[in-house]
Amino acid sequence: MNTFNIAWKETKSYFGTPAAYVVGAMFLALTGVFFVAEITSPFAEASVRGIVDWAGFFIIFLAPLLTMRLLAEEQKLGTLELLLTSPVSDWEVVLGKYIASLLILLAILSVTFYYALLLYVFGSPDTGPVLSGYLGLILYGAAALAIGLLGSSLSSNQIVAAVVGIAILLMLSFVNRIGDLVSGIAEQIVNGMSMTERIADFSRGVIDTSSVVYFLSLAAVFIFLTIRSLETRRWR
Amino acid sequence: MIEVKEVTKYFGSFPAITDISFTVERGEIVGFLGPNGAGKSTTMKVITGFLPPSKGTATVAGYDIVSESLDARRHIGYLPETVPLYTEMTVREYLGYMGKIRGMSSDRIRSRTGDVIEICHLEDYYSSIIGKLSKGFRQRVGVAQAIIHEPDVLVLDEPTIGIDPIQVVETRQLIKDLGGEHTLIVSTHILPEVSQICERVIVIHEGQIVAIDEPQNLARTLVGSERVDLQVKGPQQEVLKELAGVDGVRDVSRINIERGEIPQYRVESELGEEIRASLAKAVVDAGWELHRLNAVVMSLEEIFLRLTTEEDDGGGEVAG
Ligand SMILES: Nc1ncnc2c1ncn2[C@@H]1O[C@H](COP(=O)(O)OP(=O)(O)OP(=O)(O)O)[C@@H](O)[C@H]1O
Ligand SMILES: [Mg+2]
Repeated sequence: MNTFNIAWKETKSYFGTPAAYVVGAMFLALTGVFFVAEITSPFAEASVRGIVDWAGFFIIFLAPLLTMRLLAEEQKLGTLELLLTSPVSDWEVVLGKYIASLLILLAILSVTFYYALLLYVFGSPDTGPVLSGYLGLILYGAAALAIGLLGSSLSSNQIVAAVVGIAILLMLSFVNRIGDLVSGIAEQIVNGMSMTERIADFSRGVIDTSSVVYFLSLAAVFIFLTIRSLETRRWR
Repeated sequence: MIEVKEVTKYFGSFPAITDISFTVERGEIVGFLGPNGAGKSTTMKVITGFLPPSKGTATVAGYDIVSESLDARRHIGYLPETVPLYTEMTVREYLGYMGKIRGMSSDRIRSRTGDVIEICHLEDYYSSIIGKLSKGFRQRVGVAQAIIHEPDVLVLDEPTIGIDPIQVVETRQLIKDLGGEHTLIVSTHILPEVSQICERVIVIHEGQIVAIDEPQNLARTLVGSERVDLQVKGPQQEVLKELAGVDGVRDVSRINIERGEIPQYRVESELGEEIRASLAKAVVDAGWELHRLNAVVMSLEEIFLRLTTEEDDGGGEVAG
């Protein structure tokens, strides 16, 4: 119930403040540009791979920008003190805020569906990869938001919060570059950790259970870390 | 209602409060008094469950603030030092949200919001964006959120800071009125405020309680002396000597020095001695005229200075 109340309040404030619109619009503009570039290239194919890959890349920035306010601002305004002295558990606070950010991300991603529709109008893409690609994006986004939220819990400064989130996401996304340098088991581990490797599968139409589990556990772990971070704030 | 037992809170290795113990009964208004950095806010943060104590325990309404935190928090309304407000919300939205996360039903929030708005005189600002309110009205919104769920215990950290004198008077009255239904802890470093609002004062200095008493008793029990002012027509040096010789007198000093006036003296004596009769007798026996003799109640400012400035307690002249 508290989770719901907090989620509802945060969702309303996303829609009530310009920040989410600005960030969302930038995201849509950038993915739009790259989508156009992709389908007008000489070897263009009617597939959502372009959207999914680029949207996946830009989520690295989108997610922390969406979540940076959630806990940082409460710390700055001092309202966290009210929240944490109200009969609300720390996990309810974190989960409520996480859910709100997830709803906004879904709203933004649903707008990119417009590109997919264009594909259907002007071509005949395989429906499988379209659906799996979007599933991948949502899972990827869910993990990215949890990471962004952790950043927001660590600082009362929103910029710092966003930078921390983006840094963690960049590392997790591009560890596969290290994979090129190592080989054998190490390569597999590093590739397994990489978010980009995993999302690529989805956009090819492959739904790998281990990847689903990977994204979900990533989200769970970072939500858990955020709760712990909130708890330890009290002890400092 | 509130029971604090030997609470110590460290920030790193620095003890912000040490061994704080006190209890507050239901319906009481208790003031926390102390200079900046004394540990008032820290103590309040412990009571409200925001900061866990490093040592010791605190219970509110019978619930331990750490192990039964949620239950304890249900009984608390809290106004932190930095009035915490969601600046983009309207007063109505804010109060509604605070009510919700304290588990109130929508119906109860609706009826209670009306009451609270009236109590805090916010009628004209019901639909205003909080970020656009003046400091004084923000403070009231802060108080309003603290009482919206009718908590048993109200903890107000410097509720009158930064608001204009007229609003200060109103806010103090508001706090006094709240005292009837709620158990109140109010912190302040403004001394007259304490004697106006509170039934009991807890004086904190450098993280430790130096006194707990009713405001008017602080002087007697704490400073450990009583004061009498007298006006005597007679040779000054001899009067001083004579008065100092009376049993129980600790210190005598001249307090007016204007020419032509009848000299006034201030006598400090041991506690509980019936010193006034002996003083009068001494003066009359010496053949001088006694023009005035009255007991002096020490102002809180003085008490406070005495309690908190250790180096300055040798009984020197305190300007009256
Ligand atoms: N989060 C913190 N980290 C480290 N030290 C702290 C922290 N909060 C308070 N302190 C220290 O603890 C001491 C007590 O602070 P506290 O805020 O309780 O004082 P106060 O009595 O409320 O003072 P004021 O009248 O200025 O509000 C101060 O020395 C302060 O520097
Ligand atoms: Mg304080």
